[in-house]
Amino acid sequence: MNDDNDPAWPVELINLNCPNCRCLTSGEREIGLDTALDTLLGTFLSGDRRAAARLISVVENGGPRAEAVLHALYPRLGGAPRVGVTGPPGVGKSTLVDALVRHHRGQGRRVGVVAVDPTSPFTGGAVLGDRVRMSDLATDLGVFIRSMATRGSLGGLARTTKEVVDVLEAFGQEILLIETVGVGQTEMDIASAADTVVVVVSPESGDAIQAMKAGLMEVADLLVVNKADRPGTSQMVRALEADLAMRPAGGWRPPVLVTVASRGEGTDEVAAAVGRHREHLSASGALGERRHARARAEIVAILRDRLWQRVHERLADRLPDWVARVEAGHATPYTAARALLAAFLEDEA
Amino acid sequence: MERGIRVLVAKAGLDGHDRGAKVVARALRDAGMEVIYTGVRQTPEMIAEAAVQEDVDAVGLSVLSGAHMHVFPEVLRQLTARGGGDILLTGGGTIGDEDMAELQALGVGRLFGPGASTREIVDYIRAETARRRAQSETR
Repeated sequence: MNDDNDPAWPVELINLNCPNCRCLTSGEREIGLDTALDTLLGTFLSGDRRAAARLISVVENGGPRAEAVLHALYPRLGGAPRVGVTGPPGVGKSTLVDALVRHHRGQGRRVGVVAVDPTSPFTGGAVLGDRVRMSDLATDLGVFIRSMATRGSLGGLARTTKEVVDVLEAFGQEILLIETVGVGQTEMDIASAADTVVVVVSPESGDAIQAMKAGLMEVADLLVVNKADRPGTSQMVRALEADLAMRPAGGWRPPVLVTVASRGEGTDEVAAAVGRHREHLSASGALGERRHARARAEIVAILRDRLWQRVHERLADRLPDWVARVEAGHATPYTAARALLAAFLEDEA
Repeated sequence: MERGIRVLVAKAGLDGHDRGAKVVARALRDAGMEVIYTGVRQTPEMIAEAAVQEDVDAVGLSVLSGAHMHVFPEVLRQLTARGGGDILLTGGGTIGDEDMAELQALGVGRLFGPGASTREIVDYIRAETARRRAQSETR
């Protein structure tokens, strides 16, 4: 199938997609780039920020064009560090991200930031306010900041956040920072999107910590108590350390750091600890494991999406009937799901 | 799926009166738009660069400081310099009719005075975005 000489293959398609991997099959012709996208990609590769922003929109909006873009950019991804910043609302995540960006800019690195805020489930709208804390970075051409709305995703990131980060890396950003929505317990997409997860809390986060224990605390590679000029800081540090002490020994021990991010205090130490974590990941082979897990999670997510889409297309007509039966007490949701699945598989066969 | 509308809402100038900008941001959100809110004391460069990086359809600018005859043309210039001349620049504040007409002649979109309803603003951004998208597709 993967034969360049196959006359069924439009030549321009082979050239537009990565010429090295030849991983297209003729059945996937629809993922080729259209002319407008091809032009946009060329402008992007020349370093144009407007083109980068537009490609991000294409990727964010999904569909075959998004896939074509990602396919074309995939060979440009080289493993730039991806750092997640997460934690309860109002603890200063954006301010810490701002300080971390400054740190890396001071060392001459190009930085990409993706900041996620929630979409209203009622209106589909969103106010994305993370830039308020990063205002001074707006005119630094070595920094590219993109705000994203979750658009219905519940894991603390948008469904396409990883892909948007891919575009920023392909654009040449050397370190990628991902800021999640203000989270509590179950929003742990960040663990599969980042190499290093920084969990930020404030001295007032006591109740939030209780809720986090089962979730975020377990994915934290670094804990930061921000707003450390407020009372309660040392108690919070002790509480976090006590919690960490109950973890099984061996491997990486997440350090607990204190910052006043608004004044840049302690933030260089956070950047240094992120660096140490990355060294640990490389030395121990865990980086490979994480990236392996990420690749797997990505494939599974895409599969789930596609499968659901397909199931939905096939079964949309039959669903109301089963809903009525369940409503009337003639079937349970389980028998309904089983019957629908059987019908789907039969159709597909 | 119909692509959602993204709007950057910013407050230019040195005064910190951001109430109007916040009300508008909220109304646009409630109308289903994604609103990037950048806060107060934004320079034209900051606004234009953020608008480009965020790939917005429109920039809504609140100018209450009396500097509108400087701010709007400068944002327009900065947008154009970054290849974002097609982004709708609209906004509001205490702007007299004559100044509004002059700014619109420069290519600024409709501007809204103190009495405007959020409904009008939402409708305008929706209609204008649809018009511009249709235009860019036929180009």
